[in-house]
Amino acid sequence: MSTKVISLVSIGAHPSSGRTRRAEQDARAVELGLQLAGEHLQVVHAGDHREEALRAYLGMGLDHLDVLEQPAGADVLGVLGDYLRDAGAQLVLTGSQAETGEGSGMLPFLLAEQLGWPLIVGLAEVESIDNGTAQVLQALPRGQRRRLKVRLPLLATVDNAAPTPRQSAFGPARRGVLAAQDVAVVDDELLADAQLQPARPRPKRLKVIKAKSGADRMKAATAKASGGGGKVMKDVTAQEGADAIVKLLVEEGVLR
Amino acid sequence: MSDLIRRDPRVEWIARNRLHPLHAAMQTQQTSWMGPNGLMRKNTHAIAAGFMGPNGIKRIDRSGAQQGTAAGGRRSAAAEVQLPLHQVVDPAFYIAVVPDMVGGRLGAHDKDLLGLAHSLAGKDGAVLAIVFGEHKESAFDTAGVDRLLVIEGDAYKGYAPEQLVQGLRAVDNQFAPRHWLLPDSRAGGGELGRRLAAAMGERPATRVWQVKDEECIGRAGAGQQDLHRPLARLILASSECADPVSDTRHEALPVELSAPVARSLSRIEDLGSVAVDPAAIAMAEAEFIVSGGNGIKDWDLYHKATAALGATEGASRVAVDDGHMPRNRQVGATGTWVTARVYMAVGISGAIQHLQGIGACDKVIAVNMDPGCDMIKRADLSIIGDSTAILQALIEAVENFRSGGQRDAA
Ligand SMILES: Cc1cc2nc3c(=O)[nH]c(=O)nc-3n(C[C@H](O)[C@H](O)[C@H](O)COP(=O)(O)OP(=O)(O)OC[C@H]3O[C@@H](n4cnc5c(N)ncnc54)[C@H](O)[C@@H]3O)c2cc1C
Repeated sequence: MSTKVISLVSIGAHPSSGRTRRAEQDARAVELGLQLAGEHLQVVHAGDHREEALRAYLGMGLDHLDVLEQPAGADVLGVLGDYLRDAGAQLVLTGSQAETGEGSGMLPFLLAEQLGWPLIVGLAEVESIDNGTAQVLQALPRGQRRRLKVRLPLLATVDNAAPTPRQSAFGPARRGVLAAQDVAVVDDELLADAQLQPARPRPKRLKVIKAKSGADRMKAATAKASGGGGKVMKDVTAQEGADAIVKLLVEEGVLR
Repeated sequence: MSDLIRRDPRVEWIARNRLHPLHAAMQTQQTSWMGPNGLMRKNTHAIAAGFMGPNGIKRIDRSGAQQGTAAGGRRSAAAEVQLPLHQVVDPAFYIAVVPDMVGGRLGAHDKDLLGLAHSLAGKDGAVLAIVFGEHKESAFDTAGVDRLLVIEGDAYKGYAPEQLVQGLRAVDNQFAPRHWLLPDSRAGGGELGRRLAAAMGERPATRVWQVKDEECIGRAGAGQQDLHRPLARLILASSECADPVSDTRHEALPVELSAPVARSLSRIEDLGSVAVDPAAIAMAEAEFIVSGGNGIKDWDLYHKATAALGATEGASRVAVDDGHMPRNRQVGATGTWVTARVYMAVGISGAIQHLQGIGACDKVIAVNMDPGCDMIKRADLSIIGDSTAILQALIEAVENFRSGGQRDAA
């Protein structure tokens, strides 16, 4: 396939130990890119090229990874936008949310706005690419899929519905090249008035029973779970019952 | 108001004692009187209408001494609570909320968000809810919606995120809301909110779980850190970010856009949903589950029915223990807690261990022989009858529906 595919990667953090690693979703973006473009896949990171965790991406079978040199806390939006425009990419893959920093998930949206490209979220599979359009499957909640036809160039985020990333192998990870490029630096002003703190556990929501009298509270506390006055169809034929069920299923939109 | 029946012994005593000076005044209804021609008239209906006795049993007392009802309306039937109406006549500002409306109704996440919006609006602001396309919700008023804007049109059907953003920008121009609140969910709000933020050039506060004193706290990174920042204009809040509105009723007045929304040139074409194998969907995620229990007599028929319905299969513990279904299909306390929008329980009695597992389900359908079982108390629709016959009829009804649908399409 002659389509140029670029995957954007970031540094991840293990959810319990906090150790740096390849980011889960970004690794999926690389995996999807490898399946689409094979060795022509281009992988880009904006940050520090000395970061060891980047080698985990190289270990997936890449021979080099472009790094746009940026200090920590810089706004990488501009440099990534310029890079993508100059690189002539047709399909750009990103994860949906970073594992370090703000992790707002805004980057792909802002990039798409800046480049004027269409964006789709939750890319699960690329079915075909021809004539400047791509036919893709988008992952929806509850395991559903939707087929979309999108004009290229296209920016797409992947989430956990994308293919699981292959293992990172040690040899290729050592041999691969982290190619640093010097680019302009823009500071991110967010941290001027916001601060990162260790996460506090969220308060558990208590079940508050608003009742006027003790009897009502007692009733509420001891009540069995009930839908409250459902419709009961007794002494009906099986056909009537089945029709009522089908009617409800159609109303709820689950019967297709 | 409680619907407890309270007796008033004093009134009863007066009603019995015809010599009591208040006896006549305590008589509620005039059941006989002198007509214009000097004839005595009797209102038999009033007598036969009777009154409710102290134990809630209807009594007819032809002696004219109706007991205990003199204080009329004391036991009003208004068991339904009328919450005080929160009115915003002339809103000083708006708080815009775009609920997800999964399945056309406000979900728990949406209600939390409306609760947050209500607290941000205070007394002077109005909560403006924006809903695209048709909806089935009837309780916007108790959820805390002061103004309701329904944007309809073919352009918003299917997957048209760019058009939705156009619609929201038109709302932004007309109402200039002080805050925009969207659910940070996978059901659409997270995506729409970020698109809107990018289009408006606004930096959103994401994954917000608490808003307090002009500051909002959101999770950052992989969830190990919190980001504290001043209250942003655009807030993408996670569920349980605030308590839903529970003690006021709101107007939910419909409002309209004054100018038509620009059509965005669509670069994304929706080719419709793709059939997925229901068995491949994780139970906890599945949207539509048909579970079988001890009341299933013909398991082949059950599998046929779930295939016809396109439903994910589930089971009660008894069905699993008896070897009819694999262990990973068990629903309930020791199985999977499911979140299906529609859950159909065939031949399941509704033991508490099973009901726990379906606590998060929206609509429950029960098919059972026993009209008194607990599953029927939980269900929104129950069919009393034999599972085999009903499953058989269901397969036919679905086939009818499918072929009928195709005839309509052709
Ligand atoms: C510690 C513990 C944990 C448990 N965890 C779970 C759990 O996670 N999940 C779970 O499901 N259970 C669990 N159980 C078991 C639970 O208590 C019940 O025993 C079980 O759910 C009952 O399953 P059932 O409704 O299929 O069977 P039954 O209770 O036998 O109910 C069968 C129902 O089918 C109806 N019926 C019979 N014949 C027909 C027919 N021909 N047509 C239509 N209806 C018919 C009957 O009227 C009856 O209502 C647990 C129990 C314990 C002690």
